[in-house]
Amino acid sequence: MPYTYRVDIYRAIADRTRRAILDELVDRSGQSLFELCGRLIMKHGISSSRQAISQHLDVLEAAGLIRTRREGRSKLHWFVGAPLKAIGERWPVSTDEDTSHSTDEDIEK
Amino acid sequence: MRINLSGVVVDDQQRALQFYTETLGFRVKHNIPMGEHAWITVVSPEAPEGTELVLEPAGHPAVIPFRKALVEDGIPYTSFAVDDVEAEHERLVAEGVRFVQPPTDLGTVVTAVFDDTCGNLIQIMEEKAQP
Repeated sequence: MPYTYRVDIYRAIADRTRRAILDELVDRSGQSLFELCGRLIMKHGISSSRQAISQHLDVLEAAGLIRTRREGRSKLHWFVGAPLKAIGERWPVSTDEDTSHSTDEDIEK
Repeated sequence: MRINLSGVVVDDQQRALQFYTETLGFRVKHNIPMGEHAWITVVSPEAPEGTELVLEPAGHPAVIPFRKALVEDGIPYTSFAVDDVEAEHERLVAEGVRFVQPPTDLGTVVTAVFDDTCGNLIQIMEEKAQP
């Protein structure tokens, strides 16, 4: 029986801000809340409060998509991709199909 | 009206004095003994008549939870201007300074955040030339 997370993966990635958070953590692992908020404002135009971003981080952590660790006295966040494997296992992609897909940028256009 | 003083609250004034002068490169402007603590200010050698930074002792009980919460979320409460964040980062890492955020290009600015070893996170910021 695979380990189940408190928040399911589909709900976790159904939100644009949470997807942007994952994008930024893939860009650089081990970020503080402050750094993430700065990147979300400057690079994505997402100016949610620190409180709101903190709640998004809780959801992502509950879905197993991020892990936190203390470094010195600061709490830093890491992306964990493993739970996403469940999606590909549930709906496998055959090798002969067109794998182009839309991104957040395409949706916004 | 002008801003003449700003401050950082430090765990240990003497250790802070050492870090802010020897490691960061600021100069002592005032160092006046005041009983248990001292009135210590430093200035940038690039602006010796400019804003003084007070190295304030962390005596008030409210300071402890306040600073702890800021550091936990990686929030720098003080920011210094530099010409080249990458170069400063390289220089300070060589001095053994720990960065919680390496140089990050945020479009109009480049920033980095380090631990001042006295209980604070400090941001350095470079404003990029506008194209």
